[in-house]
Amino acid sequence: MTYDPGDVVEVIRGPAPGPVMGAYRVFGETLRGLKTTFMRVLEGPVTIQYPEEKTPVYPRFRGRHRLHRFEDTGLEKCVGCSLCAAACPADCIRVVAAENTPERRVSAGERYAAVYEINLSRCIFCGYCEIACPFDAITMGHDYEMSDYTRSDLIFTKEMLLAEPIERTPLRREGE
Amino acid sequence: MTVFGLVDYFEPWWVQIIKSLVIFGVIFAVLPVLIVYERKLLGRFQGRYGPNRVGPYGLLQPLAEIVKFALKEPFHPATSVESLFRIAPMIAIVTAVSALALVPFGDVQRIFGTPVGLYGIDVSIGPLYVFALGGISFYGIMLGGWASGSKYSFLGAMRGAAQLISYEVSQGLSLVGVLITAGTLSLTGIVHAQRGMWYFIPQFCGFLIFMAASFAETNRAPFDLVEADAELVGGYFTEYGGTAFVAYLFAEYTNMIVVSGMAVTLFLGGWLMPFGIHPPGWVDPFVVLAKMLIVLTFFIWVRATLPRLRYDQLMSLGWKVLLPLATLNLLVTAIVVAS
Repeated sequence: MTYDPGDVVEVIRGPAPGPVMGAYRVFGETLRGLKTTFMRVLEGPVTIQYPEEKTPVYPRFRGRHRLHRFEDTGLEKCVGCSLCAAACPADCIRVVAAENTPERRVSAGERYAAVYEINLSRCIFCGYCEIACPFDAITMGHDYEMSDYTRSDLIFTKEMLLAEPIERTPLRREGE
Repeated sequence: MTVFGLVDYFEPWWVQIIKSLVIFGVIFAVLPVLIVYERKLLGRFQGRYGPNRVGPYGLLQPLAEIVKFALKEPFHPATSVESLFRIAPMIAIVTAVSALALVPFGDVQRIFGTPVGLYGIDVSIGPLYVFALGGISFYGIMLGGWASGSKYSFLGAMRGAAQLISYEVSQGLSLVGVLITAGTLSLTGIVHAQRGMWYFIPQFCGFLIFMAASFAETNRAPFDLVEADAELVGGYFTEYGGTAFVAYLFAEYTNMIVVSGMAVTLFLGGWLMPFGIHPPGWVDPFVVLAKMLIVLTFFIWVRATLPRLRYDQLMSLGWKVLLPLATLNLLVTAIVVAS
Protein backbone atom coordinates (compact mmCIF):
# COMPACT_ATOMS: atom_id res chain seq x y z
CA MET A 1 0.00 0.00 0.00
CA THR A 2 1.43 3.32 -1.03
CA TYR A 3 1.27 6.38 1.11
CA ASP A 4 -1.30 8.84 -0.18
CA PRO A 5 -0.85 12.28 1.33
CA GLY A 6 -4.04 13.57 -0.27
CA ASP A 7 -4.42 16.53 -2.57
CA VAL A 8 -2.98 19.23 -0.37
CA VAL A 9 0.18 18.84 1.63
CA GLU A 10 0.17 21.39 4.39
CA VAL A 11 3.57 22.40 5.67
CA ILE A 12 3.51 24.10 9.02
CA ARG A 13 6.35 26.54 9.44
CA GLY A 14 7.21 28.82 12.27
CA PRO A 15 6.44 32.50 11.88
CA ALA A 16 8.88 34.41 9.72
CA PRO A 17 11.26 36.46 11.84
CA GLY A 18 10.58 40.14 11.84
CA PRO A 19 13.33 42.71 11.44
CA VAL A 20 14.21 42.61 15.11
CA MET A 21 14.19 38.85 15.44
CA GLY A 22 15.99 38.57 12.13
CA ALA A 23 18.73 40.86 13.35
CA TYR A 24 18.89 38.85 16.57
CA ARG A 25 19.25 35.66 14.59
CA VAL A 26 21.99 37.14 12.48
CA PHE A 27 24.05 38.63 15.27
CA GLY A 28 22.87 37.19 18.60
CA GLU A 29 22.81 33.59 17.55
CA THR A 30 26.06 33.93 15.63
CA LEU A 31 27.75 35.36 18.69
CA ARG A 32 26.31 32.52 20.76
CA GLY A 33 27.81 30.04 18.32
CA LEU A 34 31.16 31.80 18.43
CA LYS A 35 31.06 31.63 22.22
CA THR A 36 30.28 27.91 22.11
CA THR A 37 33.29 27.12 19.94
CA PHE A 38 35.50 29.38 22.03
CA MET A 39 34.51 27.52 25.20
CA ARG A 40 35.62 24.37 23.42
CA VAL A 41 39.09 25.88 23.00
CA LEU A 42 39.23 26.63 26.72
CA GLU A 43 38.25 23.06 27.56
CA GLY A 44 41.29 21.80 25.71
CA PRO A 45 41.70 18.73 23.54
CA VAL A 46 40.29 15.41 24.65
CA THR A 47 42.49 13.39 22.29
CA ILE A 48 44.48 10.50 23.76
CA GLN A 49 47.85 10.52 22.00
CA TYR A 50 47.73 6.82 21.36
CA PRO A 51 51.17 5.33 20.98
CA GLU A 52 52.51 7.46 23.81
CA GLU A 53 49.54 7.31 26.13
CA LYS A 54 47.03 4.50 26.17
CA THR A 55 43.45 4.16 27.20
CA PRO A 56 43.48 2.11 30.42
CA VAL A 57 41.58 -1.17 30.15
CA TYR A 58 39.13 -2.64 32.63
CA PRO A 59 40.26 -5.57 34.82
CA ARG A 60 37.97 -7.97 32.96
CA PHE A 61 39.15 -6.77 29.53
CA ARG A 62 39.63 -9.76 27.23
CA GLY A 63 42.97 -9.29 25.53
CA ARG A 64 45.63 -11.75 24.42
CA HIS A 65 45.60 -15.13 26.19
CA ARG A 66 48.08 -16.18 28.84
CA LEU A 67 49.04 -19.66 30.05
CA HIS A 68 49.93 -20.00 33.70
CA ARG A 69 52.32 -22.03 35.89
CA PHE A 70 52.02 -22.90 39.53
CA GLU A 71 53.94 -20.28 41.39
CA ASP A 72 55.43 -22.65 43.99
CA THR A 73 56.50 -25.60 41.83
CA GLY A 74 56.86 -23.90 38.48
CA LEU A 75 54.84 -26.66 36.79
CA GLU A 76 52.40 -25.77 34.06
CA LYS A 77 48.77 -25.69 35.01
CA CYS A 78 47.65 -26.96 31.62
CA VAL A 79 47.11 -30.74 31.52
CA GLY A 80 46.38 -30.94 27.83
CA CYS A 81 42.72 -31.85 28.13
CA SER A 82 41.73 -29.90 24.97
CA LEU A 83 38.54 -28.58 26.55
CA CYS A 84 39.51 -25.07 25.44
CA ALA A 85 39.92 -26.29 21.88
CA ALA A 86 36.52 -27.94 22.09
CA ALA A 87 34.92 -24.78 23.48
CA CYS A 88 36.51 -22.47 20.94
CA PRO A 89 33.88 -21.28 18.45
CA ALA A 90 36.51 -19.94 16.08
CA ASP A 91 38.47 -23.20 16.21
CA CYS A 92 41.75 -21.42 16.72
CA ILE A 93 43.33 -23.51 19.50
CA ARG A 94 45.39 -26.58 18.78
CA VAL A 95 46.44 -28.86 21.63
CA VAL A 96 48.55 -32.01 21.33
CA ALA A 97 48.86 -33.79 24.66
CA ALA A 98 51.71 -36.01 25.87
CA GLU A 99 52.27 -38.16 28.96
CA ASN A 100 54.30 -36.85 31.85
CA THR A 101 57.14 -39.19 32.81
CA PRO A 102 58.88 -39.31 36.19
CA GLU A 103 62.08 -38.05 34.54
CA ARG A 104 60.38 -35.18 32.80
CA ARG A 105 57.48 -33.59 34.60
CA VAL A 106 56.01 -30.62 32.82
CA SER A 107 52.56 -30.23 34.33
CA ALA A 108 50.96 -31.10 37.61
CA GLY A 109 48.57 -33.65 36.14
CA GLU A 110 49.00 -36.93 34.33
CA ARG A 111 49.47 -35.39 30.90
CA TYR A 112 50.71 -32.09 29.60
CA ALA A 113 50.32 -30.05 26.44
CA ALA A 114 53.21 -30.86 24.16
CA VAL A 115 51.89 -28.42 21.59
CA TYR A 116 49.66 -25.51 22.53
CA GLU A 117 49.01 -23.02 19.75
CA ILE A 118 46.51 -20.20 19.44
CA ASN A 119 46.00 -18.67 16.04
CA LEU A 120 45.31 -15.08 17.05
CA SER A 121 44.32 -14.08 13.53
CA ARG A 122 41.26 -16.30 13.98
CA CYS A 123 40.58 -15.74 17.67
CA ILE A 124 37.46 -13.72 18.38
CA PHE A 125 38.36 -13.00 22.04
CA CYS A 126 35.12 -14.47 23.36
CA GLY A 127 36.77 -15.93 26.47
CA TYR A 128 35.10 -19.36 26.21
CA CYS A 129 38.51 -21.07 26.56
CA GLU A 130 38.99 -19.32 29.89
CA ILE A 131 35.58 -20.55 31.09
CA ALA A 132 36.07 -24.06 29.78
CA CYS A 133 39.45 -24.59 31.44
CA PRO A 134 39.08 -26.76 34.59
CA PHE A 135 42.46 -25.67 36.01
CA ASP A 136 42.47 -21.91 35.22
CA ALA A 137 45.49 -22.62 33.07
CA ILE A 138 44.45 -20.20 30.34
CA THR A 139 43.15 -16.71 31.02
CA MET A 140 42.56 -13.66 28.89
CA GLY A 141 45.25 -11.03 29.48
CA HIS A 142 45.14 -7.28 28.96
CA ASP A 143 47.33 -7.03 25.91
CA TYR A 144 45.66 -5.75 22.77
CA GLU A 145 48.60 -4.67 20.62
CA MET A 146 49.02 -7.77 18.53
CA SER A 147 49.41 -6.58 14.96
CA ASP A 148 52.15 -8.22 12.92
CA TYR A 149 53.44 -8.38 9.40
CA THR A 150 52.72 -12.00 8.52
CA ARG A 151 49.91 -14.35 9.44
CA SER A 152 52.26 -17.04 10.63
CA ASP A 153 53.64 -14.63 13.23
CA LEU A 154 50.19 -14.47 14.74
CA ILE A 155 50.20 -18.16 15.68
CA PHE A 156 51.28 -17.98 19.31
CA THR A 157 53.06 -21.02 20.68
CA LYS A 158 53.06 -22.32 24.23
CA GLU A 159 56.35 -20.61 25.09
CA MET A 160 55.03 -17.25 23.93
CA LEU A 161 51.81 -17.67 25.86
CA LEU A 162 53.62 -18.77 29.01
CA ALA A 163 56.09 -15.89 28.97
CA GLU A 164 55.44 -12.91 31.20
CA PRO A 165 53.93 -10.31 28.91
CA ILE A 166 55.59 -6.93 28.65
CA GLU A 167 53.46 -4.55 30.70
CA ARG A 168 52.18 -2.43 27.88
CA THR A 169 48.60 -1.86 28.83
CA PRO A 170 47.62 0.34 31.74
CA LEU A 171 44.87 -1.00 33.96
CA ARG A 172 41.93 1.17 34.84
CA ARG A 173 41.90 2.16 38.48
CA GLU A 174 39.00 1.50 40.80
CA GLY A 175 36.04 3.73 39.99
CA GLU A 176 37.67 5.25 36.91
CA MET B 1 48.53 56.36 -18.16
CA THR B 2 47.24 59.04 -15.86
CA VAL B 3 46.54 56.50 -13.17
CA PHE B 4 50.13 55.49 -12.71
CA GLY B 5 51.16 59.05 -13.33
CA LEU B 6 49.57 59.87 -10.01
CA VAL B 7 51.65 57.30 -8.16
CA ASP B 8 53.91 58.94 -5.63
CA TYR B 9 56.97 57.43 -7.23
CA PHE B 10 60.01 58.49 -5.33
CA GLU B 11 61.99 55.28 -5.00
CA PRO B 12 64.78 54.07 -7.27
CA TRP B 13 63.88 51.05 -9.40
CA TRP B 14 66.11 48.66 -7.49
CA VAL B 15 64.27 49.46 -4.25
CA GLN B 16 61.04 48.48 -5.96
CA ILE B 17 62.53 45.15 -6.99
CA ILE B 18 63.91 44.43 -3.52
CA LYS B 19 60.59 45.37 -1.94
CA SER B 20 58.62 43.07 -4.21
CA LEU B 21 61.04 40.22 -3.52
CA VAL B 22 60.79 40.80 0.23
CA ILE B 23 56.99 40.90 0.19
CA PHE B 24 56.84 37.82 -2.01
CA GLY B 25 59.32 35.96 0.17
CA VAL B 26 57.73 36.91 3.47
CA ILE B 27 54.24 35.99 2.32
CA PHE B 28 55.32 32.67 0.84
CA ALA B 29 57.13 31.90 4.07
CA VAL B 30 54.05 32.85 6.06
CA LEU B 31 51.57 30.88 3.94
CA PRO B 32 52.53 27.36 5.11
CA VAL B 33 52.61 28.62 8.68
CA LEU B 34 49.14 30.04 8.18
CA ILE B 35 47.91 26.72 6.82
CA VAL B 36 49.26 24.77 9.77
CA TYR B 37 47.99 27.48 12.14
CA GLU B 38 44.50 27.13 10.71
CA ARG B 39 44.55 23.37 11.03
CA LYS B 40 45.84 23.43 14.57
CA LEU B 41 43.38 26.11 15.64
CA LEU B 42 40.50 24.25 14.00
CA GLY B 43 41.61 21.21 15.95
CA ARG B 44 41.47 23.16 19.20
CA PHE B 45 38.01 24.40 18.35
CA GLN B 46 36.94 20.80 17.83
CA GLY B 47 38.56 19.43 20.99
CA ARG B 48 41.58 17.81 19.33
CA TYR B 49 45.22 18.69 18.73
CA GLY B 50 45.45 19.06 14.98
CA PRO B 51 48.61 17.99 13.16
CA ASN B 52 51.40 17.47 15.72
CA ARG B 53 53.48 14.59 14.39
CA VAL B 54 55.68 16.06 11.64
CA GLY B 55 58.44 18.15 13.13
CA PRO B 56 58.17 20.13 16.37
CA TYR B 57 54.49 20.80 17.12
CA GLY B 58 53.63 19.62 13.61
CA LEU B 59 55.17 22.72 12.07
CA LEU B 60 56.69 20.77 9.18
CA GLN B 61 53.32 19.32 8.17
CA PRO B 62 52.73 21.74 5.25
CA LEU B 63 56.29 21.13 4.05
CA ALA B 64 55.66 17.39 3.95
CA GLU B 65 52.40 17.95 2.11
CA ILE B 66 53.92 20.30 -0.43
CA VAL B 67 56.67 17.76 -1.13
CA LYS B 68 54.01 15.11 -1.55
CA PHE B 69 51.99 17.28 -3.94
CA ALA B 70 55.07 18.31 -5.91
CA LEU B 71 55.94 14.69 -6.59
CA LYS B 72 52.57 13.95 -8.19
CA GLU B 73 52.04 13.46 -11.86
CA PRO B 74 50.56 16.56 -13.58
CA PHE B 75 47.64 14.87 -15.27
CA HIS B 76 44.59 16.40 -16.90
CA PRO B 77 41.24 14.79 -17.64
CA ALA B 78 40.48 13.69 -21.21
CA THR B 79 37.50 16.05 -21.37
CA SER B 80 39.48 19.11 -20.29
CA VAL B 81 40.75 21.98 -22.41
CA GLU B 82 44.38 21.60 -21.63
CA SER B 83 45.77 25.08 -22.24
CA LEU B 84 43.13 26.76 -20.09
CA PHE B 85 43.36 23.97 -17.56
CA ARG B 86 47.07 24.74 -17.11
CA ILE B 87 46.72 28.52 -17.14
CA ALA B 88 43.83 28.87 -14.69
CA PRO B 89 45.71 28.16 -11.44
CA MET B 90 48.43 30.55 -12.55
CA ILE B 91 45.86 33.32 -13.02
CA ALA B 92 44.50 32.59 -9.56
CA ILE B 93 47.85 32.81 -7.83
CA VAL B 94 49.29 35.70 -9.84
CA THR B 95 46.30 37.94 -9.13
CA ALA B 96 46.28 36.95 -5.46
CA VAL B 97 49.95 37.79 -5.06
CA SER B 98 49.77 41.04 -6.99
CA ALA B 99 46.89 42.25 -4.84
CA LEU B 100 49.27 41.84 -1.93
CA ALA B 101 51.40 44.71 -3.24
CA LEU B 102 48.75 47.14 -2.05
CA VAL B 103 48.74 46.23 1.63
CA PRO B 104 50.71 48.92 3.47
CA PHE B 105 52.93 47.53 6.20
CA GLY B 106 54.18 50.88 7.36
CA ASP B 107 54.90 54.46 6.52
CA VAL B 108 57.82 55.76 4.47
CA GLN B 109 61.02 54.91 6.34
CA ARG B 110 64.59 55.91 5.76
CA ILE B 111 66.64 52.75 5.36
CA PHE B 112 70.37 53.57 4.94
CA GLY B 113 69.40 57.04 3.82
CA THR B 114 67.06 55.88 1.08
CA PRO B 115 63.37 56.65 1.55
CA VAL B 116 61.51 53.35 1.32
CA GLY B 117 57.75 52.98 1.66
CA LEU B 118 56.94 49.82 3.56
CA TYR B 119 54.37 48.75 0.99
CA GLY B 120 54.55 47.32 -2.48
CA ILE B 121 53.09 50.32 -4.23
CA ASP B 122 50.89 53.19 -3.08
CA VAL B 123 48.56 53.75 -6.00
CA SER B 124 46.08 56.56 -5.98
CA ILE B 125 43.21 54.18 -6.71
CA GLY B 126 43.92 51.95 -3.70
CA PRO B 127 41.01 49.62 -3.05
CA LEU B 128 39.83 49.75 -6.67
CA TYR B 129 43.05 48.03 -7.69
CA VAL B 130 42.37 45.27 -5.18
CA PHE B 131 38.81 44.90 -6.48
CA ALA B 132 40.06 44.78 -10.05
CA LEU B 133 42.51 42.02 -9.20
CA GLY B 134 39.80 40.24 -7.23
CA GLY B 135 37.62 40.37 -10.32
CA ILE B 136 40.40 38.93 -12.47
CA SER B 137 41.18 36.27 -9.90
CA PHE B 138 37.75 34.82 -10.51
CA TYR B 139 38.86 34.06 -14.04
CA GLY B 140 41.18 31.60 -12.35
CA ILE B 141 38.22 29.90 -10.70
CA MET B 142 35.90 30.19 -13.70
CA LEU B 143 38.41 28.96 -16.27
CA GLY B 144 39.67 26.25 -13.97
CA GLY B 145 36.16 24.98 -13.31
CA TRP B 146 35.05 25.20 -16.90
CA ALA B 147 38.20 23.86 -18.54
CA SER B 148 38.18 20.80 -16.27
CA GLY B 149 35.32 19.40 -18.32
CA SER B 150 33.60 17.99 -15.25
CA LYS B 151 30.13 18.88 -14.08
CA TYR B 152 31.12 19.30 -10.45
CA SER B 153 33.93 21.68 -11.31
CA PHE B 154 31.59 23.54 -13.60
CA LEU B 155 28.91 23.87 -10.92
CA GLY B 156 31.51 25.10 -8.44
CA ALA B 157 32.77 27.67 -10.92
CA MET B 158 29.24 28.88 -11.68
CA ARG B 159 28.54 29.29 -8.01
CA GLY B 160 31.82 31.13 -7.61
CA ALA B 161 30.95 33.58 -10.35
CA ALA B 162 27.48 34.28 -8.96
CA GLN B 163 28.87 34.65 -5.46
CA LEU B 164 31.56 37.07 -6.57
CA ILE B 165 29.11 39.29 -8.41
CA SER B 166 26.70 39.35 -5.48
CA TYR B 167 29.22 40.07 -2.80
CA GLU B 168 31.69 42.32 -4.55
CA VAL B 169 28.91 44.90 -4.85
CA SER B 170 28.23 45.08 -1.14
CA GLN B 171 31.93 44.83 -0.30
CA GLY B 172 32.67 47.77 -2.54
CA LEU B 173 29.77 49.82 -1.22
CA SER B 174 30.77 49.14 2.37
CA LEU B 175 34.18 50.62 1.57
CA VAL B 176 32.79 53.79 0.04
CA GLY B 177 31.81 54.94 3.54
CA VAL B 178 35.44 54.68 4.59
CA LEU B 179 36.61 56.45 1.45
CA ILE B 180 34.17 59.31 1.99
CA THR B 181 35.25 59.70 5.60
CA ALA B 182 38.95 59.61 4.75
CA GLY B 183 38.57 61.70 1.62
CA THR B 184 41.25 59.75 -0.23
CA LEU B 185 41.67 56.49 -2.15
CA SER B 186 45.32 56.04 -1.24
CA LEU B 187 45.66 53.29 1.33
CA THR B 188 48.45 55.01 3.24
CA GLY B 189 46.33 58.16 3.19
CA ILE B 190 43.43 56.21 4.68
CA VAL B 191 45.67 54.92 7.47
CA HIS B 192 46.91 58.45 8.18
CA ALA B 193 43.30 59.64 8.33
CA GLN B 194 42.63 57.10 11.09
CA ARG B 195 45.06 58.79 13.47
CA GLY B 196 42.29 60.01 15.73
CA MET B 197 39.96 57.05 15.60
CA TRP B 198 40.09 53.76 13.77
CA TYR B 199 37.32 53.50 11.24
CA PHE B 200 35.74 50.39 12.62
CA ILE B 201 34.12 52.54 15.32
CA PRO B 202 32.37 55.19 13.16
CA GLN B 203 31.98 52.71 10.29
CA PHE B 204 30.97 49.71 12.40
CA CYS B 205 28.14 48.74 10.07
CA GLY B 206 30.47 49.00 7.10
CA PHE B 207 33.02 46.88 8.95
CA LEU B 208 30.49 44.10 9.55
CA ILE B 209 29.36 44.18 5.92
CA PHE B 210 32.96 44.17 4.75
CA MET B 211 33.81 41.17 6.91
CA ALA B 212 30.74 39.22 5.81
CA ALA B 213 31.43 39.99 2.17
CA SER B 214 35.09 39.09 2.66
CA PHE B 215 34.16 35.62 3.83
CA ALA B 216 32.21 35.23 0.59
CA GLU B 217 34.97 36.78 -1.51
CA THR B 218 37.62 34.42 -0.21
CA ASN B 219 35.26 31.42 -0.46
CA ARG B 220 35.63 30.71 3.21
CA ALA B 221 33.11 29.08 5.48
CA PRO B 222 30.20 29.79 5.91
CA PHE B 223 30.16 30.88 2.25
CA ASP B 224 32.36 28.12 0.85
CA LEU B 225 29.70 26.94 -1.59
CA VAL B 226 32.26 27.13 -4.36
CA GLU B 227 34.06 24.14 -2.92
CA ALA B 228 31.18 22.62 -0.96
CA ASP B 229 32.79 19.23 -0.54
CA ALA B 230 29.62 17.49 0.55
CA GLU B 231 27.83 18.17 -2.72
CA LEU B 232 30.48 19.19 -5.27
CA VAL B 233 33.38 16.86 -4.34
CA GLY B 234 35.92 19.68 -4.33
CA GLY B 235 34.30 22.44 -6.34
CA TYR B 236 36.27 24.09 -9.11
CA PHE B 237 39.51 22.26 -8.30
CA THR B 238 37.98 18.79 -8.25
CA GLU B 239 40.07 17.72 -11.23
CA TYR B 240 43.28 19.38 -10.11
CA GLY B 241 46.10 17.56 -8.41
CA GLY B 242 49.73 18.09 -7.59
CA THR B 243 51.24 21.53 -7.91
CA ALA B 244 48.21 23.03 -9.65
CA PHE B 245 46.14 22.13 -6.62
CA VAL B 246 48.78 23.70 -4.37
CA ALA B 247 48.60 26.84 -6.53
CA TYR B 248 44.85 27.07 -5.90
CA LEU B 249 45.34 26.41 -2.22
CA PHE B 250 48.01 29.10 -1.95
CA ALA B 251 45.85 31.50 -3.94
CA GLU B 252 43.01 30.98 -1.50
CA TYR B 253 45.20 31.61 1.51
CA THR B 254 46.91 34.57 -0.14
CA ASN B 255 43.47 36.01 -0.77
CA MET B 256 42.73 35.55 2.91
CA ILE B 257 45.91 37.45 3.77
CA VAL B 258 45.04 40.22 1.30
CA VAL B 259 41.52 40.58 2.63
CA SER B 260 42.71 40.63 6.23
CA GLY B 261 45.31 43.19 5.21
CA MET B 262 42.59 45.31 3.63
CA ALA B 263 40.44 45.01 6.74
CA VAL B 264 43.40 46.06 8.89
CA THR B 265 44.25 48.97 6.62
CA LEU B 266 40.76 50.30 6.07
CA PHE B 267 39.10 49.66 9.42
CA LEU B 268 41.64 48.70 12.06
CA GLY B 269 44.08 51.55 11.72
CA GLY B 270 46.85 49.90 9.69
CA TRP B 271 50.18 50.29 11.47
CA LEU B 272 48.81 52.72 14.08
CA MET B 273 48.85 51.62 17.70
CA PRO B 274 45.94 52.37 20.03
CA PHE B 275 46.08 55.01 22.81
CA GLY B 276 48.43 57.21 20.83
CA ILE B 277 51.50 55.01 21.28
CA HIS B 278 54.13 55.88 18.68
CA PRO B 279 56.70 53.10 18.37
CA PRO B 280 59.75 53.52 16.13
CA GLY B 281 59.15 52.92 12.44
CA TRP B 282 60.59 49.42 12.22
CA VAL B 283 57.81 48.15 14.52
CA ASP B 284 55.10 49.11 12.02
CA PRO B 285 55.17 45.93 9.88
CA PHE B 286 54.92 43.80 12.99
CA VAL B 287 51.92 45.79 14.20
CA VAL B 288 50.23 45.21 10.85
CA LEU B 289 51.12 41.52 10.91
CA ALA B 290 49.79 41.14 14.45
CA LYS B 291 46.51 42.80 13.49
CA MET B 292 46.29 40.60 10.39
CA LEU B 293 46.83 37.57 12.57
CA ILE B 294 43.89 38.63 14.74
CA VAL B 295 41.66 39.00 11.68
CA LEU B 296 42.83 35.65 10.31
CA THR B 297 42.13 34.02 13.67
CA PHE B 298 38.63 35.42 13.45
CA PHE B 299 38.30 33.91 9.97
CA ILE B 300 39.26 30.50 11.33
CA TRP B 301 37.03 30.93 14.36
CA VAL B 302 34.05 31.62 12.12
CA ARG B 303 34.93 28.65 9.97
CA ALA B 304 34.90 26.44 13.04
CA THR B 305 31.55 27.84 14.15
CA LEU B 306 29.12 28.47 11.34
CA PRO B 307 27.65 25.81 9.05
CA ARG B 308 27.58 26.35 5.32
CA LEU B 309 24.71 28.39 3.92
CA ARG B 310 22.26 27.05 1.40
CA TYR B 311 22.65 28.58 -2.03
CA ASP B 312 19.39 30.58 -1.98
CA GLN B 313 20.24 31.80 1.53
CA LEU B 314 23.57 33.02 0.23
CA MET B 315 21.89 34.96 -2.55
CA SER B 316 19.16 36.43 -0.37
CA LEU B 317 21.68 37.45 2.27
CA GLY B 318 23.83 39.15 -0.33
CA TRP B 319 21.12 41.01 -2.22
CA LYS B 320 18.39 41.49 0.37
CA VAL B 321 20.40 42.20 3.51
CA LEU B 322 23.97 43.23 2.82
CA LEU B 323 23.40 45.37 -0.25
CA PRO B 324 20.59 47.55 1.28
CA LEU B 325 22.57 47.81 4.51
CA ALA B 326 25.67 48.90 2.62
CA THR B 327 23.69 51.46 0.62
CA LEU B 328 22.11 52.79 3.80
CA ASN B 329 25.50 52.96 5.46
CA LEU B 330 26.87 54.87 2.50
CA LEU B 331 23.93 57.32 2.52
CA VAL B 332 24.16 58.00 6.24
CA THR B 333 27.92 58.47 6.03
CA ALA B 334 27.57 60.84 3.10
CA ILE B 335 24.94 62.91 4.92
CA VAL B 336 26.99 63.06 8.12
CA VAL B 337 30.18 64.01 6.26
CA ALA B 338 28.42 66.63 4.12
CA SER B 339 26.61 68.31 6.99
